[in-house]
Amino acid sequence: MTDASPLARKSWMATLAKAPPARLAALFPDLPPHHVLRQPEIGAVMVRGRVGGTGAAFNLGEMTVTRASIRLATGEVGHAWVQGRDRAHALRAAAVDALMQTGAAADLAMRVLKPLAAEAEAARAARAAKAAATKVDFFTMVRGEDK
Amino acid sequence: MYVAVKGGERAIDNAHQWLAEERRGDPAVPELTIPQIREQMALAVNRVMAEGSLYDPDLAALAIKQARGDLIEAVFLIRAYRTTLPRLAGSRPVDTGAMAVDRRISATFKDLPGGQVLGPTFDYTHRLLDFALMAEGEAPVARELPPEAPAARVPHVTSFLNRDGLIETATPSDATPPDLTREPMELPADRALRLQALTRGDEGFVLSLAYSTQRGYGRTHAFVGELRIGTVAVEVEIPELGFAVEIGEIELTECETVNQFKGSRTEPPQFTRGYGLVMGQSERKAIAMSLVDRSLRWQELGEDFTGAPAQDEEFVLMHCDNIQATGFLEHIKLPHYVDFQAELELVRRLRAEAAAMREAAE
Repeated sequence: MTDASPLARKSWMATLAKAPPARLAALFPDLPPHHVLRQPEIGAVMVRGRVGGTGAAFNLGEMTVTRASIRLATGEVGHAWVQGRDRAHALRAAAVDALMQTGAAADLAMRVLKPLAAEAEAARAARAAKAAATKVDFFTMVRGEDK
Repeated sequence: MYVAVKGGERAIDNAHQWLAEERRGDPAVPELTIPQIREQMALAVNRVMAEGSLYDPDLAALAIKQARGDLIEAVFLIRAYRTTLPRLAGSRPVDTGAMAVDRRISATFKDLPGGQVLGPTFDYTHRLLDFALMAEGEAPVARELPPEAPAARVPHVTSFLNRDGLIETATPSDATPPDLTREPMELPADRALRLQALTRGDEGFVLSLAYSTQRGYGRTHAFVGELRIGTVAVEVEIPELGFAVEIGEIELTECETVNQFKGSRTEPPQFTRGYGLVMGQSERKAIAMSLVDRSLRWQELGEDFTGAPAQDEEFVLMHCDNIQATGFLEHIKLPHYVDFQAELELVRRLRAEAAAMREAAE
């Protein structure tokens, strides 16, 4: 079992959580042999903001979230907390989290995580490009007193 | 005498069945799907999420369909569903400075770093009905331009003023904020509680209150220092791991207003701030929220209470929730036969007494 650094694990868990469930299912259709430690549970997370964007925390409202935990036949434990109410998404994400702690990590990163991250980045870049096209170019009119 | 009555079961069943038929409308017209509502009625979906206080576009779309487009009824459905969910955690406060912005404008600084980004706005449209939308056409495509520099952070406009000490600062704190969905709201409320109530408050009510402050009922003198719309990551501390993980992304609208001054003998005058943060693309609500937030801060900022509704914390906070308001308002249409019987007897007695007195006087 490879010891994943928290930073790397944070990053792949985020990629899995934010992935469209259908894309994750397409890239990672079959779950490895596992034991479910925590059945997928749908609940809410209270999302907080900050007063003035930077000040004291306040409660903005909740979002739906599904969490699950599994243990592989080889012993590694995987956790998932994913936005929305898709139980299969949570189970898949937990399985990938567990497998990422095994020798299969490099292959899985290439086959599943990399495409998901690339697609998320492409979607973000496309929106940023549309936003950039709506940026205002100001120009100053010739003013009477300048004559 | 108390008379219990039962009945109406069959009438109620039939009413609900008819409701279902009416909801569907003409069966010759294709039925709406949830993805259609989510994608094409996105701003209605956003409003239902904001006021329902639950971010889940599919559920909000379902609620809108079930409520036949009655958005307050849809908010009611979402609030009811929300109560069935276990609360798994509270998030870390979202970092709106790291927002992936679709829109970012400032009414105070023309040349803000990063520029004025209009985004997909209704502003500058002519508000003429577009009959082309009545015909099915090809999906429109937005133009794209490579962004100058993909900024990791988009600094808030107020931070530029902060640097010169021209505006009050917001002191960061990670203290767990009060939650009106857990403990009944108690007054006086701190600013965090007020913001929670306002962000889930009725858009129309908050809008009218904000408008009243602009017309002189409690003055806010607000400029939109910055308005931004975009997505932020939501990060949660995972107990089983001992570190925080991004569990998803949500769209938010944030508005910061810059308002007139506060100063004292020891402190030079500086601008004050109002704040609005709302789920989804909800620009009108976010601006209104920041005006009402500023107005409610009169005491903290040493201003006079002029008796304006938007300054009155109790008036604002106890009446901004459209589900509470609807519940109390609409309950009077339900059977009040016994109460009314009592009123009827009272008015008959009063009339009889009045008649007797008149007779005695004659």
